[in-house]
Amino acid sequence: MKPVNFDYYAPSSVDEALDTLAELGYDGKVLAGGQSLIAAMNFRMARPSALVDLNNVAELSYIKPTADGGLAIGTMTRVSTVEHNQDVIQRFPLLVEVAKFIAHPQIRRRGTFGGAIAHADPAGQLPSISMVMNMQALIKGKGTERWVAAPDLIIGPFMTVIEPNEMLAELVIKPHPPRTGAKYVQVSRQSGGYAQSAVASIVTLDENEICKDVHMVLMSVAEVPILSEKAREILIGNKPSKDAIEAVAEAASTSEIDPASDLHASADYRRSITRVLIVRSLTEAFERAKRGGK
Amino acid sequence: MTGKYFGNPIKRLEDKQLLTGNAKYIDDIEVPGQLHAAFLRSDFAHARILKIDVSEALKRPGVVAVYTAEDFGDFWKPGPLQVPPPTAIPGSKFNARTLVPIAKDKIRYSGEVLAVVIAESRYIAEDAFDDIIVDVESLPAVVDLEKAWEDSSVLVHDDLPSNMAALVTQEVGNYEEAKKKADVVVARRMLIEHVAGAAMENRGFLASWDDQNQVMTIWANTQSPLTVRGSVSRALGLAESQVHVITPAIGGGFGPKVMTSLTDDVLLPWISKQLKRPIKWVEDRRENFLATTSERDQVHHCEIALKKDGTILGFKDVFYHNTGAYDSYGMTVPLNTQTHIISNYRVPNFYTQIRMVFTNQMVVTPVRGAGRSEGVFAMERMLDFAAKEMGLSPIEIRRKNLLRADELPLATGITGQDFVKNTLDSGDYLGNFEKCLQAIEYDKFIKETQPKAQKEGKRLGIGVVAFTEGTAVGPYEGCKVTVSTSGKVTMTTGYSSQGQAHYTVFAQIIADQLNVKVEDVKVITGDTNHFAWGAGTFASRGATLVGTAALLASQKVRAKIFSTASKALGVPEDQVELGEGSVSIKGKPDSAIPLGTLAAMANPMRGVIEPGVEPGLEATAYYGPPHGSTGCGAMGVILSIDEETCKPVLEKMVIVDDCGTMINPLIVDGQLQGGISMGIGNTLYERLVYDENGQLLTASFMDYLMPLATDMPKKLEIIHNHAESSLKLNPLGIKGVGEAGAIPPGPAIVQAIEDAFADKGVEILETNLSPSSIYGYLKKVEHK
Repeated sequence: MKPVNFDYYAPSSVDEALDTLAELGYDGKVLAGGQSLIAAMNFRMARPSALVDLNNVAELSYIKPTADGGLAIGTMTRVSTVEHNQDVIQRFPLLVEVAKFIAHPQIRRRGTFGGAIAHADPAGQLPSISMVMNMQALIKGKGTERWVAAPDLIIGPFMTVIEPNEMLAELVIKPHPPRTGAKYVQVSRQSGGYAQSAVASIVTLDENEICKDVHMVLMSVAEVPILSEKAREILIGNKPSKDAIEAVAEAASTSEIDPASDLHASADYRRSITRVLIVRSLTEAFERAKRGGK
Repeated sequence: MTGKYFGNPIKRLEDKQLLTGNAKYIDDIEVPGQLHAAFLRSDFAHARILKIDVSEALKRPGVVAVYTAEDFGDFWKPGPLQVPPPTAIPGSKFNARTLVPIAKDKIRYSGEVLAVVIAESRYIAEDAFDDIIVDVESLPAVVDLEKAWEDSSVLVHDDLPSNMAALVTQEVGNYEEAKKKADVVVARRMLIEHVAGAAMENRGFLASWDDQNQVMTIWANTQSPLTVRGSVSRALGLAESQVHVITPAIGGGFGPKVMTSLTDDVLLPWISKQLKRPIKWVEDRRENFLATTSERDQVHHCEIALKKDGTILGFKDVFYHNTGAYDSYGMTVPLNTQTHIISNYRVPNFYTQIRMVFTNQMVVTPVRGAGRSEGVFAMERMLDFAAKEMGLSPIEIRRKNLLRADELPLATGITGQDFVKNTLDSGDYLGNFEKCLQAIEYDKFIKETQPKAQKEGKRLGIGVVAFTEGTAVGPYEGCKVTVSTSGKVTMTTGYSSQGQAHYTVFAQIIADQLNVKVEDVKVITGDTNHFAWGAGTFASRGATLVGTAALLASQKVRAKIFSTASKALGVPEDQVELGEGSVSIKGKPDSAIPLGTLAAMANPMRGVIEPGVEPGLEATAYYGPPHGSTGCGAMGVILSIDEETCKPVLEKMVIVDDCGTMINPLIVDGQLQGGISMGIGNTLYERLVYDENGQLLTASFMDYLMPLATDMPKKLEIIHNHAESSLKLNPLGIKGVGEAGAIPPGPAIVQAIEDAFADKGVEILETNLSPSSIYGYLKKVEHK
């Protein structure tokens, strides 16, 4: 359990990092918090020939409120920083709720917000949350910059559209409309463990208690996180009644997911709890929407 | 017996070193010139080796040597039987196929070592794996225990007619006759899952041959340094005095570190001698999961025969026990299972058969609980099934059959791991159980708490079980106690320590006898140049065996203090007073001589000491019990379970334990807590899973779930219930407690989960449950 030989670069600015990545091309791999990459390297499942360590790039670590009421989060911001940031707590309590489920405090102190998203682990919470919140990802290369919406960023298990000579620099979250509520729920065998299934919902109500908008992501029940179409079909324009929510749970858990059996859970069980979690997530999200997001 | 220190909950003396990160573990040790070893391990579980080509690896810069089995010549041979076969049991069959240090011709489990790479760093050694070409002919793997037993099975050892490693039958009374008289007979097949020892620190071994002095120094985090010294000296043709085994600070043992004759302790000393360089190997977690020993993994076919009123007439248990690819550790685990099946209850007729079977899996040796938990699980579960069938409560059936204090001592007639017929020495088994029922508020739970929760749509369940813990088996242990001229006291023992607080409890015993401060007693464990007699750390035997030896040795030193002081002070011994750290004439504090000065007087540089008197304030003592002593207790669990997600939460646990006299109640509580967490882990989280090809699917903590702090019960109550009849087997009245906590959580939690779903008639026939498997059980009854 020792990694193979690799070159190590520790740039101190974004420009220097991008120069290094451009030079290295396919040989380079960005090191952020290292909570997944280092373990994979120790198992020799990942064998990058060079690491570009961003931990000395101070300018990548920040949480900035945006003028429209959203937030911009630098890629190297630690998950624990996000978890305890007042602007995050005020504007996007869902992120705080989710952060508590990400492994353990020690890992959250090292693991980074952008690193987790760029890693695109289908069992990781943050890639799913980036999708359901429709975060905008800023991808930088040497002399290039492009914006990609999170649902388009992640294209497969551990796969994104980020090129080897690029890096994820920032994530921008747009503010929620008024009367928006959100709820994350998961079932895992242990606290801090991988979820056997998880659901996050963000719902918006109009003044007549009609569902104006809904985004729901289903995690750990397919190769990639699933953004539910059924939830939108069934709920938008309708009252989010118990029956309607049950209908979403039934439709989504039977037709939108493709859970696998593994050591920790059978596919059947995963399907069954996904149904339960959809009901719990949507029900609470709508309750929170009624209370103005609280 | 309570003294200034003995019996008191003083804090552990070793903790400062451990908690401040100043303890020196094996990986912290650097010997000048040290090389590193890495073991290339087989990906195949069962295969014939055609060719291993290491020529490319030898060319890699930094690689010093690469060895395969052939390179060891005559030195390669199957290892010794670490525990002898059960000759004490008539009619038993045992096929010894002992561990080989490195695979030759045939691979018998995934993870078996194929090549040893020695390099300037561990990194380079692992890089060299990529250069080694292994050509094998893959064979079907033997994985399933019951299928492996059949004559038609593929063979793990080609020279045996079957995969039978052992067949041991023991019977007291006559089960078949009892069955004829029974009103009710209940039969079930149950699975005991395979789990790891998973100490925080993995194995490690550093061998350093000193060619000038012709001495082999070995640092090993072993539970049995004297076994290592013996086997290394025999293998290399050295005198035992030429082999010095040192155990550094050790991060947990739990059983697997007792195993020797693995690749590290056999081959690395030989290689160090060849290369004349120190060689270090520290096992990584993947290796630990794959190739170090593990335990449990049994299939039980049980039958219980009862009278209408619930009285047990007889019990039968034919069980398959997986020994893995080799059986060097003999039959300790299944023999423990046999003794513990009936060790709580009145069972007049008992038939038990071990079918120990070879498989293409890693070797099975004791892991905390060590067969006891399996036996207790089988009996406790069968009582639950019988109670249900007869319409009795699980409490009634236990009350009726639990042994009462006045029935002990009781010879069960079953021979145990120590090859001695098991005697239940003392304890109040029924009393433990009743105390547990009170503490868990059983009646209130059944009458009020559970029905009320049910009305609110919440599912709660309760489970209460009894258990015993066979501990403190022979042969013996010993120690030497010395008073230094500084007045400090040193105790040395061959016993090795893996975190059990030996440095505190032995010091407590000695400090009281010699009237010194406990922190002035320095305990040295597991260094063969200090003390070279003993068996090893296992079977919860340290406190009883080494503790008693410490008492006996310090009593001898105490006597010598009095005789020496009598001469020095010029008064008869009965006029000598032993104060804290000094001796004086009674009533004359001015006459005080510090203990250190007295030690110097006992070892004069001039003059003479009388014939027959040994110099110094020092004595050695040994203690071996006539048979093991049996701890006992009961456990109650209340849990809640989310019906939709099937996730259980442990609301409350109670353990009642009788481990005899406690040297230090704080440390006893710590042992119980640690054991309970292991029992919880074994029941709800931990599981080693092999697929049909013999591949271990759980070779990291990502897949093998260890119990976490957050998985512990919301409330845990520990009740010490030392029977009046307390043990008279040894002078301190101590029994072991190291494994107690790990034994009852399995059957207690499973019973509680069944109870939570009592209306659905769920019946659970295995030790290990996940929310998903509980969901599976519920689905099964719904579809009935």
